[in-house]
Amino acid sequence: MLGRSLREVSAALKQGQITPTELCQKCLSLIKKTKFLNAYITVSEEVALKQAEESEKRYKNGQSLGDLDGIPIAVKDNFSTSGIETTCASNMLKGYIPPYNATVVQKLLDQGALLMGKTNLDEFAMGSGSTDGVFGPVKNPWSYSKQYREKRKQNPHSENEDSDWLITGGSSGGSAAAVSAFTCYAALGSDTGGSTRNPAAHCGLVGFKPSYGLVSRHGLIPLVNSMDVPGILTRCVNDAAIVLGALAGPDPRDSTTVHEPISKPFMLPSLADVSKLCIGIPKEYLVPELSSEVQSLWSKAADLFESEGAKVIEVSLPHTSYSIVCYHVLCTSEVASNMARFDGLQYGHRCDIDVSTEAMYAATRREGFNDVVRGRILSGNFFLLKENYENYFVKAQKVRRLIANDFVNAFNSGVDVLLTPTTLSEAVPYLEFIKEDNRTRSAQDDIFTQAVNMAGLPAVSIPVALSNQGLPIGLQFIGRAFCDQQLLTVAKWFEKQVQFPVIQLQELMDDCSAVLENEKLASVSLKQ
Amino acid sequence: MAAPMLRWGCRGRRWAFARVDGGSCHRRGAPTGSTSNQIRGESSVAQQPLHTAQKTRKGEHKWAAVVGLEIHAQISSNSKLFSGSQVRFSAPPNSLVSFFDASLPGTLPVLNRRCVEAAVMTGLALNCHINKKSLFDRKHYFYADLPAGYQITQQRLPIAVNGSLIYGVCAGKKQSQVIPKTVRIKQIQLEQDSGKSLHDNLRSQTLIDLNRAGVGLLEVVLEPDMSCGEEAATAVRELQLILQALGTSQANMAEGQLRVDANISVHHPGEPLGVRTEVKNLNSIRFLAKAIDYEIQRQINELENGGEILNETRSFHHKLGCTMSMRDKEGKQDYRWFMPEPNLPPLVLYDATSLPAGADPQQVINIDQIRETLPELPSVTREKLVQQYGMLLEHSFTLLNEVGLLEFFQNVIKETRAEPKKVTSWVLNTFLGYLKQQNLAVSESPVTPSALAELLDLLDSRTISSSAAKQVMDVKNRNPRAINKLIGLVRKATQSRADPVMIKEILEKKLSL
Repeated sequence: MLGRSLREVSAALKQGQITPTELCQKCLSLIKKTKFLNAYITVSEEVALKQAEESEKRYKNGQSLGDLDGIPIAVKDNFSTSGIETTCASNMLKGYIPPYNATVVQKLLDQGALLMGKTNLDEFAMGSGSTDGVFGPVKNPWSYSKQYREKRKQNPHSENEDSDWLITGGSSGGSAAAVSAFTCYAALGSDTGGSTRNPAAHCGLVGFKPSYGLVSRHGLIPLVNSMDVPGILTRCVNDAAIVLGALAGPDPRDSTTVHEPISKPFMLPSLADVSKLCIGIPKEYLVPELSSEVQSLWSKAADLFESEGAKVIEVSLPHTSYSIVCYHVLCTSEVASNMARFDGLQYGHRCDIDVSTEAMYAATRREGFNDVVRGRILSGNFFLLKENYENYFVKAQKVRRLIANDFVNAFNSGVDVLLTPTTLSEAVPYLEFIKEDNRTRSAQDDIFTQAVNMAGLPAVSIPVALSNQGLPIGLQFIGRAFCDQQLLTVAKWFEKQVQFPVIQLQELMDDCSAVLENEKLASVSLKQ
Repeated sequence: MAAPMLRWGCRGRRWAFARVDGGSCHRRGAPTGSTSNQIRGESSVAQQPLHTAQKTRKGEHKWAAVVGLEIHAQISSNSKLFSGSQVRFSAPPNSLVSFFDASLPGTLPVLNRRCVEAAVMTGLALNCHINKKSLFDRKHYFYADLPAGYQITQQRLPIAVNGSLIYGVCAGKKQSQVIPKTVRIKQIQLEQDSGKSLHDNLRSQTLIDLNRAGVGLLEVVLEPDMSCGEEAATAVRELQLILQALGTSQANMAEGQLRVDANISVHHPGEPLGVRTEVKNLNSIRFLAKAIDYEIQRQINELENGGEILNETRSFHHKLGCTMSMRDKEGKQDYRWFMPEPNLPPLVLYDATSLPAGADPQQVINIDQIRETLPELPSVTREKLVQQYGMLLEHSFTLLNEVGLLEFFQNVIKETRAEPKKVTSWVLNTFLGYLKQQNLAVSESPVTPSALAELLDLLDSRTISSSAAKQVMDVKNRNPRAINKLIGLVRKATQSRADPVMIKEILEKKLSL
């Protein structure tokens, strides 16, 4: 049952094959078994069981709230949850219990979803590995998969298995690990520069970043207000569409949400024919650092579309190479501004020093934030200084406009959807990952994803195939602003073609029979 | 711009919090109880050397002063600029604080329509150009009563620009002539108020009250077109009357609804402007004039004695009657000007020509519609008074400047047969004179408009003489000796046949004393 998709388990609930409480308990027990993954910061067991009980009553009375009623979900620990600690994986917010729910959390609860817990991340979502939070790094469930283990055995250089675990990517790594390890059916991530799509690619999941303005940010503790969007992590595209249907829409508490009419329920048609589609391949995304495996899968995916009758054309996004630097300036500037509120007065950590206000601020912030957060605040404040403002911040904003225009031009030239890699390569072992600092890693890992945030476009990472090492590789589709439904429809067609294999976690869990009951055969259509 | 204030004396101060209503449920020890007798931190006052401003008569004529003003008017609205919290003066501390006001992480600003309408209305009344598109920015500084660490304001593209304010300065012998003056208005911007810091020096604590945090302000920037305290004071008074007439701000300075910062410099005419100082937080019109004149004189003395003027922020100490350096910016203060506020899209206003067809009136603001609802402005009221009653312009100024006097005057006019000129003279000279003498506001007057009207009728019908009428006023104003004079008049009229005790009784009854 745990291995099923959200839609399938929803059907099972409706048919009474399983009750919400049974489902909730199964997930809770798996959460305990997979505790070593460090996917969750807080497991909200009591809340979830109570919600399950209520859901059960509704099902008994024939008053189900819909597809999400009784479905276990997890939420990244940077979304405010009323009565449940919300830490951002930072000392600054340890013990902070928000008095209100983020709009997206409230919407999920209103649909009857069960909140299993709050998932791990890089501190304040600043990172691309889920390795830099105060609660420790998240381990990628694929590290323990049969697929990966078997490949490791063939490799004579294989070292100590326990220290060889892989990162999930980030910063929504906890959410990705939680869905990937079957502890819930969907999870909320946040996506500022790729933080949902990147771990989705590394954990073999669908990672969806909606158009900016389609989903409310109210209650999402911000990284960069002008780029943040709540992200959705699921095991298939249909599930992402169900969750999006529950979340999308204007929110009076978030003035940047738009009043675009969006069809509800958010159903995805099954695309029978791609011959009317035009797929754009941005030539600037072919960078030297791209692994040959990813490159080859990317090109095969393009071939697949072409062979099925779609028009596939090369397009140019000429300002791509400036994008990551521009992102860095804008991101750190907003970070410096957004983080100013953490001064130890109203909430959060406060130091013991009380000789003066300024000393109290300084010590509180030194103790509360890690080096990465403080580094970004420092550089952001540098960019916002009066004498630097024009040279950095204003220029970066202009470049941002050019980058957004690149996309507009590509779409105006007749392209429906862009196809790119999500990451440079598959997930790397933790020990390998931490050889470089957070800034270097973020610059590498966000390379294909952050431009989309600057342009506010919808994008989704779809798992395509396993690498030679037996690890997932994802590809990214980018759509026109507010054409999220069209984007997901194309992604769904692609997903069906590639038949990405289900993660096999037998060795990890004793009773995996449940997990594997729905296992599909690994397709070879795109395998190398 | 509402910059940090009262920065001195923070050493050794611990932070304590009056409870944030419905706010954060952070697991921390119970908030410290609030201290009731807060003392503002003015400990540094005594350390300041006083400028004994001896007026150096030599060469005084060659100095000219230049004064510009930044005025913050609290918008009269039910709720705050970006949150749904109520706006109310003197509510229990931290009882009007939303999650947004306390800057709980994840909260976002939502613009208050009423505040935008108030800004547009004020802009129109001050002859401003209303920008159909304006932007919000963040101005950053760390201060305990600014929970977010930044203030949301409008710097790059404010809602109204390029206006003017006409005010009248008294001149001539006896200051009886009014000369109209114009000051240009650079801009009007919408911004958030900060909370209040209450310094308790005895306990080395600062308590924060966030009731005011996030209340909508109109910052009105007046160009440096004024040259002395009186001009500035008159301009501010005129602005106050306009805001009150519009209802966009109660503009009560004692309650902090109107706060003024003055930029002051002196120079020799024809030469470049001098270095300016900023005198902050002037919260009465009288102190405003005093502070500016003191500061002008201080700068002149400083320069004439070979000193130099520092570009600094100063405060006015009303008991000592002098300005003193706030010494709060030892390093250069960089507000990290001015990051756009990413959570608020540009504010777009419409007029009749640009209003999109079928627009939901609840979702758009129509400038032309607001223009139609503009009430009569004080200048028009004065003109009408002059035309209708043939009074002098300066009399119309006085009628409007005294709170409640115009209404009093109009009520008397309504009820009396007496000539308007006579009414004007009686209200402005006799009546107002008595009030001033007794230090009373119009609303506290023991004389009702009807009583004065009746008195003027008696005078008009020559039932009583002018001096008798004045004595009645005197009695009405509780002058104990005045009744004796009236008794004397009655005795004289009755050729001393009436009993003085009885006369007194009857008089007291008639005058309802």
